[in-house]
Amino acid sequence: MEDRSQTRRDFMKMMSMGAMAALSLGSLSCTRAQVEAFLQKHFREMTEAEKKEAIRRLEETYFRKYGKKFHISTQPADTAVLWGYGLDLSRCIGCRRCVYACVKENNQSRSNPQLQWIRVVRLKDGSLINLENTEHYYNPEKVPEPGFQYMPVQCQHCENPPCVRVCPVHATWKEPDGIVVVDYNWCIGCRYCMAACPYKGRVFNWGQPNIPPEELNTEVHYLGNRPRMKNVVEKCTFCIQRVRNGRYPACVEACPTGARKFGNLLDPDSEIRYIIENKRVFRLKEDLNTEPKFYYFFSA
Amino acid sequence: MKIVPLVLFAIIAFGVPVFAAHNNEYPVSTPPLTEGIFPCSNCHAGMDVNAKKRELKDEHANIKLHHAENDRWCLDCHNPADRDKLKLANGDKIPFTESYLLCGQCHGNIYRDWKVGIHGKRIGYFKGGQRVYFLCVNCHNPHDPKFKSLKPEPPPTKPERKNGR
Ligand code: SF4
Ligand code: SF4
Repeated sequence: MEDRSQTRRDFMKMMSMGAMAALSLGSLSCTRAQVEAFLQKHFREMTEAEKKEAIRRLEETYFRKYGKKFHISTQPADTAVLWGYGLDLSRCIGCRRCVYACVKENNQSRSNPQLQWIRVVRLKDGSLINLENTEHYYNPEKVPEPGFQYMPVQCQHCENPPCVRVCPVHATWKEPDGIVVVDYNWCIGCRYCMAACPYKGRVFNWGQPNIPPEELNTEVHYLGNRPRMKNVVEKCTFCIQRVRNGRYPACVEACPTGARKFGNLLDPDSEIRYIIENKRVFRLKEDLNTEPKFYYFFSA
Repeated sequence: MKIVPLVLFAIIAFGVPVFAAHNNEYPVSTPPLTEGIFPCSNCHAGMDVNAKKRELKDEHANIKLHHAENDRWCLDCHNPADRDKLKLANGDKIPFTESYLLCGQCHGNIYRDWKVGIHGKRIGYFKGGQRVYFLCVNCHNPHDPKFKSLKPEPPPTKPERKNGR
């Protein structure tokens, strides 16, 4: 693994020297910040000082671009924590409040491209084992509809994530608290991870993201909801910027039926442990051995 | 003669602290009382108590009881002597912020799940700050508790066909 990333870095270094040379010839119009961002190290290899520098540069870039002061956190994982998510299928009514709360909290592009990290699928009653008969474009006057059930799907934060294994440049990895993250500055947009994910947990920014400036969330994490650029892959991070501060994810707070639960799998008193120990729990596509940390359950 | 101080001791040592603990144990959101309606004693203090089951016409006309209405009436939950409080089946007076005790009398399983955060919703901080529990009545109208259907947020836009492809 190390060898591969070394090769990649050497390759990038060579490329960037080329870019620098081109710059000095005046044939490329890059700003200094863009060049520095391009030369920046992998997030996990940065020293504290280098992280600070990268954050300063990013905050400057965002200020220039959006006219807003961002606060970008690099808060690391707490070692006593392994995050787990619970979703009560007997309560979800398919109202998509979670989807839009997520879009807002995490600075997703609103339209063209429209990116959403949560997809709520609708299934006929009794066809939970037949996931092929699902759809997510349903649009009735009111939910829930008689005869249907709903199942929100987002990144399952696999303990054994295939998306991480296939990334050729190690731009995505699993953090010690179990959150699967992407360093957008390192992502080359090859979309191997999207192909490898059995849950459609990732989406691709195929255009310049569109966010109304007044709706930007300026409280962000480097590995989470900071504004992304064109040509990178993004996904749910369990609201890393919130949960590492002890707050519930935005979707948990937005759900009007309280179907969404969150907690620390290592804490025997947490909500998520209670669910696993006392309710009927299942995980999606368990036969693939991806070991999701997203637990669907039935409370009633 | 000996019994009285013993009982008193028991109440002080066990009863009172247990009761007081409710508030801290479950920090709840504000009960969704109609604005300007509380304290109820503003109107009810001077009124005679009318325990007869009837249609409410002058005040509270919007309340239509759809909650085991054949067996129940206002004063099963609202304390007739002190309208600013609710009343448990055993006669205990409780504030509106502890209405979950009232609901829990009949809905034991759900009350058990609510206490551990499985039924209903919690918001705020689970560490390093205030965690807030939604009261049963923040989501369920106590007089008509069935969860109401909602208009869903719009579906995602379908991928466009472009350039004749
Ligand atoms: S907000 Fe809650 S009830 Fe609505 S779709 Fe999402 S999980 Fe289901
Ligand atoms: S759900 Fe998909 S994107 Fe999320 S960790 Fe698993 S494989 Fe990766």
